[in-house]
Amino acid sequence: MTDSSRPSDHFDSTGHVDSTYVDSAGLPELDKIIQPKLGPVGYLRFFWRQLTSMRTALFLLLLLAIAAIPGSLVPQVSSDPNGVIQYKANNPTVAPILENLQVFTTYSSFWFSAIYLLLFISLIGCVIPRTKHHFDALRARPPKTPANLSRLEGFTTRQSGTDAATAIAAGQRVLRRQGYRTELYTNGGSVSVSAERGYLRETGNLVFHCALIGVLVAVGLGGGFGYTGQRVVVEGYALSNSLASYDSFNPGRFFTDAALRPYSIALDTFVPKYEDNLDSNAIGQVLDYTANVTATLGGGQAQQSTIKVNEPLAIGDTQVYLLGNGYAPVVTVRDPKGTVVFSQPTAFLPQDANLFSLGVIKIPDGLKEQIGIRALFYPTAVLTNLGTLASSYPDLINPQLTMEVYTGDLGLDNGTSSNAYALNTDSLTQIAGRKADAATIKLAPGDRVDLPDGLGSIELSSIPRFASLDVHHDPAQGWVLVFAILVLSGLVTSLFIPRRRMWITAITGDDGTVALEYAGLARGDDPGLDAAVADIADRHLDQLRNLDESGLRVTS
Amino acid sequence: MTETFVLYSNVAVYSAMAIYTIAFIMFTLDLSRRSVSVAAPRAARIPSASVGSTALLERVDAPANTRTKGPRYLRMAFALTVIGWALHVGAAVLRGFAAGRVPWANMFEFTLTATAIIVGVFLVVQFWQDLRFLGSFVVGFALIALGIATTNFYVDVVPLPPALQSAWLVIHVFVASLGTGFFALGAALSIVQLLQARRAAGKAVRLRFLDTLPGADALETLAYRLIVVGFVFWTFTLIAGAVWAERAWGRYWGWDTKEVWTFIIWTIFAGYLHARATRGWRGSRSAWLAIIGFSAVVFNFTIVNLFFKGLHAYSGL
Repeated sequence: MTDSSRPSDHFDSTGHVDSTYVDSAGLPELDKIIQPKLGPVGYLRFFWRQLTSMRTALFLLLLLAIAAIPGSLVPQVSSDPNGVIQYKANNPTVAPILENLQVFTTYSSFWFSAIYLLLFISLIGCVIPRTKHHFDALRARPPKTPANLSRLEGFTTRQSGTDAATAIAAGQRVLRRQGYRTELYTNGGSVSVSAERGYLRETGNLVFHCALIGVLVAVGLGGGFGYTGQRVVVEGYALSNSLASYDSFNPGRFFTDAALRPYSIALDTFVPKYEDNLDSNAIGQVLDYTANVTATLGGGQAQQSTIKVNEPLAIGDTQVYLLGNGYAPVVTVRDPKGTVVFSQPTAFLPQDANLFSLGVIKIPDGLKEQIGIRALFYPTAVLTNLGTLASSYPDLINPQLTMEVYTGDLGLDNGTSSNAYALNTDSLTQIAGRKADAATIKLAPGDRVDLPDGLGSIELSSIPRFASLDVHHDPAQGWVLVFAILVLSGLVTSLFIPRRRMWITAITGDDGTVALEYAGLARGDDPGLDAAVADIADRHLDQLRNLDESGLRVTS
Repeated sequence: MTETFVLYSNVAVYSAMAIYTIAFIMFTLDLSRRSVSVAAPRAARIPSASVGSTALLERVDAPANTRTKGPRYLRMAFALTVIGWALHVGAAVLRGFAAGRVPWANMFEFTLTATAIIVGVFLVVQFWQDLRFLGSFVVGFALIALGIATTNFYVDVVPLPPALQSAWLVIHVFVASLGTGFFALGAALSIVQLLQARRAAGKAVRLRFLDTLPGADALETLAYRLIVVGFVFWTFTLIAGAVWAERAWGRYWGWDTKEVWTFIIWTIFAGYLHARATRGWRGSRSAWLAIIGFSAVVFNFTIVNLFFKGLHAYSGL
């Protein structure tokens, strides 16, 4: 039985590398091969070894890469819910199979989770013994100098007139200055210094792997205790950080209402900036979005602030992001007597870069029948040569609102939830539009026209803008970043700091001359080792020469 | 002013491509000349001095006409590459002046700059190791990419959309390109490594120029050292991308298609590093992983950008 610090199939693990580099713990594990029968504990140990072997880690890594692919081919519920609905409609035969295999939620599916959890268990199983081993190595003295240095890498020799003990003491200083930990040994007629450096390489490797676990845990905790909420806010209206205020809300598994710190954000104005140079080839392209808001935290002072695309607003443990915008025309509907029965903004969904938008307006009360309106909005309406309208610029230069009006049961009263952005016309009758006697209603700002059948009148009162705001609370986000930085620094350290052992042996010959021998040994890839040994030898000799000269000066 | 810069930039791109074309031919001629020069004395092949991480490039200097300066075709090809690269960089810089920002905000500009960086990495690496034999691969790759970019990806200079107006555009994308440059060289070396391994096994007999190149072990070590640098850059790209995504999209990670593929590439190269440390996986197997990894990088930039739906919709096409 051994507790080798690395998996037995690691390239550098004991039993494979040059036998001169045997770790304090390591002897080739032969007993495993001879062992004839495994008991239950033996089996457990066998499986644990398999799981923590390099080959398994490699296999799981590659499997993870492959398992991530389907999620990029098929729309995901988390990032593209509408895409999922569309995909299911377009592929009625495949979709249920994919649904069962959790392909639409690939990254939280049982199989993807299984792979990365196994990978992390394997990682932990690998890291723990290595940490223990490294901890011991950090306190251990550099190992005894091998008897025959010429078998090692970068072996080189020098001659010196200095006596062996002084030469080795000078060598020790040279090595120490280069960050080596040193130890003096005497063996028969030779004195030697044994040195080791680059413990940081293994430290970095362990930090890298541990920080990966840290990232995983922090991501999990952040997702569990955090929440995200979305809300469309029209100019002049406000969002308040309470469950009822959000259009949609995604709490983490451990979310409680107490996590919502009370605040409100009023959207004062939303100011887009478009390329308006007529000579530009990018006319109408967005240059900037600015949401001017007034934020009030708790019962505190109201504060003016702005939210931009790359500049979220930090308030009450949350970040508030600007993720979308559009127009929310205010339509005023009056009954035949002229009493206002409906007057409020409706957010329209933008369909293209010039903000041609679709909207649905529902007026359930106040008129003799319920009214549903399908409306199209063109901020800068132009007539295409097909005779249809289109928008040619995203700002309000020639705004037009066209409406098809339906009457009938809107289905709002029977308790089933309905999508505010869709109008189910199955049980509705069109009274104005392409399929009705009355033509489609067209309104410019301030226009007021009568509805058919003496229902009343409709007016386009104003055209405010809306901003869609995303509120995020992730208590562990900072930790994810900290661990990510540790991952990176651990990686750099583990890849670029060479772990080396270096030896200088001074052998006093029969004639009193001192032969100096140098050699090194690397763990892992270390292409600079030969040069490093030669460099140590040269520096050492310089040091000795200086010693000699100063010594001469003293004696003369 | 913008039009003038764009015009000069485009002229510079086409000039660079013309010079790269000649350089590519020269690099290829050099390889075929090597085949001729080693044709007769197969026995003169000098084996790798030692099989270990320190046995680098022993055989590059082996045949008679290759001292450090290299054969004539190689020298000319390399000089042309330097000139082509100067024009190439000039084109990218002019494009940046024309747009008044970094020249990597759409697919055309990104291809222009990333290929300049890949060729730049190739040139700079020569100070460290003589890898000029990869010239036909690197210059050929840049040439194809530039050809596709100028004919299929070209778009006019337009202002940055708000989501891209961030310092992270400069950092995240630049480091990603730098990483790509190192992965490209690593993959090129791995391809040659596989050929060497085949030749050593008695196959690929007709590829005689391989005798003038380093052996499979030396190539593997070189590839590893380049890929390791690429991997660090890629890790940074991933983290920087997450930080930026948090600012711009309101979450640091959302399994957007581009994020998925960046993760896949990271995992493949993490696999490569582990393969190098796994007994039985050094050599050809890990070389294949390096090649698959780089293919995934190219896939991520082309197919994912153009055909996959996601938030990284900045191709401008």
